[in-house]
This record gives sequence, structure tokens and C-alpha cells, in this order.
Amino acid sequence: MGSEARPFFAPVPKASGWRLFLKTVVARAYPRVVGQQRERSWIFFDVFLSILAVSAYVFVYRAIGAPEEYVGFVVVGGAMTAFWLNVLWSMSSQLYWEKESGNLALYIMAPNSMMAILLGMALGGIIATALRAAAILLVGSLLFHVQYAVGNLPALVVVFLLTLAALYGLGMMSASLFLLWGREAWHLANLAQEPIYLLSGFYFPVKNLGFWVAVAASIIPLTLGLDAMRQLLFPSGAALGFLTVPVEVAVLAVLCVLFLVAARWLLGYMERMAIREGRLLESRR
Amino acid sequence: MSADLAIETQNLGRIYTIRNRRERRIRKEVVALRDVNLQIPRGELFGLLGPNGAGKTTLIKILTTLLAPTTGWARVAGFDVVREPHKIRPRINMVSGGEASGYGLLTVRENLWMFAQFYGLPSREANRRIEELLRRIGLADRIHTKSSDLSTGLRQKMNIVRGFLTDPEILFLDEPTLGLDVNAARDVRRFIREWMDAHPDRTVLLTTHYMVEADELCDRVAIISQGRVLACDSPEALKRRLQRDALFDIEITAPNGLTSSMLEALPGVRKAVLTDADGGARLSLILAADSALPGVIHVLTERAVQVRHLTKREPTLEDVFVELVGRPLAEEEVADGQ
Repeated sequence: MGSEARPFFAPVPKASGWRLFLKTVVARAYPRVVGQQRERSWIFFDVFLSILAVSAYVFVYRAIGAPEEYVGFVVVGGAMTAFWLNVLWSMSSQLYWEKESGNLALYIMAPNSMMAILLGMALGGIIATALRAAAILLVGSLLFHVQYAVGNLPALVVVFLLTLAALYGLGMMSASLFLLWGREAWHLANLAQEPIYLLSGFYFPVKNLGFWVAVAASIIPLTLGLDAMRQLLFPSGAALGFLTVPVEVAVLAVLCVLFLVAARWLLGYMERMAIREGRLLESRR
Repeated sequence: MSADLAIETQNLGRIYTIRNRRERRIRKEVVALRDVNLQIPRGELFGLLGPNGAGKTTLIKILTTLLAPTTGWARVAGFDVVREPHKIRPRINMVSGGEASGYGLLTVRENLWMFAQFYGLPSREANRRIEELLRRIGLADRIHTKSSDLSTGLRQKMNIVRGFLTDPEILFLDEPTLGLDVNAARDVRRFIREWMDAHPDRTVLLTTHYMVEADELCDRVAIISQGRVLACDSPEALKRRLQRDALFDIEITAPNGLTSSMLEALPGVRKAVLTDADGGARLSLILAADSALPGVIHVLTERAVQVRHLTKREPTLEDVFVELVGRPLAEEEVADGQ
């Protein structure tokens, strides 16, 4: 049998506490940041198809003689759509897929925090999708000659980061909900995808929907995030904006905290329920 | 609990409640585990032997803090699985047969590195261990292969390495060779044995429904069926239970209506198991003494059943299982599946 008395390797101190948390975040982000780039088909599906959708709106706006800023609105909206789709289909549904592959049980059983796993998924999703969004923005801007006028770059960066933090907070929260509701959540997500394109004003200023509809749509962080970014990117953006940028930043900050706290609570609930009932960790293999 | 015990359970039980989803009413209760009492010392390779659905995986889930028991208690590495899971988790790991963990787009090294990070292993040490373990299990040449490109056997070897990578005090292997071909299964078993030889303070709890695996690997074996532990001892001691008995395998032509119960009604016949074999049948007998054999032969002759081959043999774990459960493990699985 060829047994050896010498240990395979000596024990080493392992990270714990916040160092383990950070290692987990980075490790779980890795498959998305590195692995997802290995499938080159994203260039066609995530960029080319998005540009087609953007083009349709651009041609309509130009045909009806809408202000040229609307073309820029559409291109920015098209780029941010990539984040929405990533949150809806790769973030929210991820724990469900992790359960199916058997990873979820390994994640729960490991000494790390499940919140670190979710944050890693979010961070990886943001980085991988930023590449796609940047490609859409670049191609769209070049193709349709979009003119930007950035007056306050730090504010734009703050709005962008807050929007992503709140949006992925929503994704982290819904990841547990998807797992708890199973296939029913799929139908809800399918139902939500197109109406949210409309309600969040992906391709037009959300102000046009009327005050109360825009308020309701603001629960999706992209609504206010997009509106604020457009105000900061285009000269006529402020006139077409729904609320002032500071108000929108404040609401986004509140949404960010709200969703992250809810994500943490739901994650704990999901884990307790999984361990109590033994059902949530059953994969179908 | 003694400090020398890696795992201890007392009257451990688990009942699954199946609810009607719409009305939220309890539709059915399934007893997966009942009154399991185990004491597994540190350094032991302990086997749980039983058919599918016997409760092995349920027990492993409880011990790995993934499932709460409904009765009794369990301690792993001295900590209670319900109250102190955070103290248990850094000390354990688990590998299941046929699992598809990790990400297909990542290479073998990347997948293993990722899981090592979840346990706080320094990156450099993780990479060193990955190379060492892959070499030992015979997967070193696939270190840069995407895991989606691995065969079932190679993928399972990667999973095995994942379990050992964090150097767990207690490792749970749930059917680790399930679905593997003979060579891959042998590699995995050799690797487990080498690990135990090199790390005498580590404990492995292995579930299997392969008798040979339990016999070859385990220091002690618990035979489990329908949620109950029926016997627990070393394979040798379990087999010694049948040492006083006479065990025969008889290859016969078509049984011509012969049944096991007809033979078990004969004096001195403790168990008779009739199974299909190529072009005939195989009769496995546990007799109280050799002197019971002529009675069996007489019944065979009466029913015009021809004996092709007769062997007297030493008891195996399969015989112990038949003795305890009343039927062979393969039949138990079919019945369970129904």
C-alpha cells in the first residue's frame, strides 16, 4: 500500500476574523472576475445584443426629433442594464444554483461568514459586469457620437458606486429569497425584468412617468442612480431630472443600508431554516 | 465526553416533516435516524455501512452542522453540533460522492485554492498543498485543466483533495467512491489509507454501501439500516460473529420454484439468500453447522435443481449484513428504492 509515516504537510496558522472574511470575499469573487472572462461569448451576448436594443431607441428618438441628449440617456441606460441583468439573473439566483451544485452546503459548513460569500459574489459580479458595461458605453458612445459634459466627476463616482452598492445589496437580499421561494421566484424575476426596464427609465428620463410612479420605481436603486448620473453627465440632465442629485444620493445611501441589513438578516434566516428543516440544502443530483 | 473522542452521539434521531405546501399542514413524517449512539475515538477510520436511505447521509449532515437533530445530541471535536457549530466548522471538512462542487470555468488549482481560502489557509501554503495532494492522488498532470473538462473519476479525485487540503481534524467522506471505476476507486481508497497512516491523530468518518471498501479501509464499522445502528465493531470482530457458522455458496441451475424460505425452514439453516446468476442462480447459505448441508442438498435434488459448484468460505461483511438485516445489501437498496 506504500504508506508513509511522515505527515503530508505540517499544520499552519489559518486566518480568522476579518482576515478570513476578506480572503473569502476575494476567493468567491475570483470565479466571476477570472472564470467568466474565459467564455468569450459574452462579447456577443452581453455587448452586441445590448447595443442592438440601444440602437432601436436611438433610431426612434432621432426619427421623432427628440433632443440629442436622449441618445446619451439611452446609451448610459443600456450600459447600466448590464448591471441590472447581472443582479437579477446571476446574483439573485446564485444561491439557488450553489445549492444545486452542492456548493451551498460547503459554504455553510466552512468557518467563513456567508455574508462574505455573498459580498464576494457581488464584488465579482460588479467587476465582471463593469467590463461589459464599459464596452457597451464605449461602443454606443462612438457609434452614436454621444457628447458628455461632466462637471462634477467626484459626485458622479459617488453616485455610481452608491448605485452599485444599493443594487447589489438588493441582489444579495433577493439571493436568499430566491432560495426560499425556489421556482416561484423565477417566475417573479421573469415578470419583473421587462416592467423594470420601463419603470426605472432605462431608456428615457424617469420623470416622464409622473411623480408617484417614479417614487414607487425608486425602490430599484437603478432608477435614482441612473437619473442622478444623467444629471451629472449631460448639460440638460438637471432639467430632465426627477429629484435633485443630493436628494437622490441620500435616498440611495438609505437603500444601500436597508438592503444590506435585510440581506444579512435573510441570510441568517435562510441558514437557520436550512439546518432546521433540512430541505434547503438538498440538491437534485 | 472524553477528550479522546472525536465524535460522540447519544440517542441521536432525525425526523423529516413533509408539509403540504399550500395548506402548510404536516403531510408525512419520515424517520431518517433513530437512537444512534456512537463513540468514535480520535485517530480512527470509522465506517458507516448501509444501503441508500439507511440514514448515513442524514447522520453526516448532523455531524457537519448542516442539519439539526430532532432528538438526542451529538458532539464533534468536543463541541455540540447545535450550540457550537462555529467551533466545529474550522476543524472539519466533508466530501460527498458524485458532488459537482466548484466552478467548471475554473481550473483544478483555482477551484482548490478558492475552497482553501474559505478556511483561511495562506495562499502560498494552499498552492503547495494542492501540488502535493494532486501528486499523491495522481492528478498532478491536470492541475491546469478546467474542472468542467474532467471525467467523473478525475473530478471526484479533485473533490477528495479539497477535503484533505485544509488538514481537518475530522473528515467526513460520504460515499467517496460512488460511481467511480475500479481504478479510480482504488486510487481514492489508497489515498485515504495513506493519509490515515501519515496522520494518526486525524479521524475519518466514511459512509459506504460497498462492503469491500468498509472491510479494506475501516478500523471499525457500524452497520446501519432504516435509521438504526444494528452493530458496531471492527470488521474482523463482526465477521467473527459468524465464525462458528458454516458459510456455503452454491451455484445452481434454474431454481424450479425453490425459495429462500423453503430452505430457512430446514433445521440448521440460519439464512438462505437466492440471487440470479449467469444462466442459473446462486445460493448463499449461513448454516449453524456443516451437518445442515445434506438437508439442503436433499431439497435441491427433490426439486430437480442441479448443483454446478459448491464452495465453503470465510464470512464477509456482506454475510454479517445479511445476518443482521435479513437480506443482502443489494436487495435492501431495491426495496428502499421502491
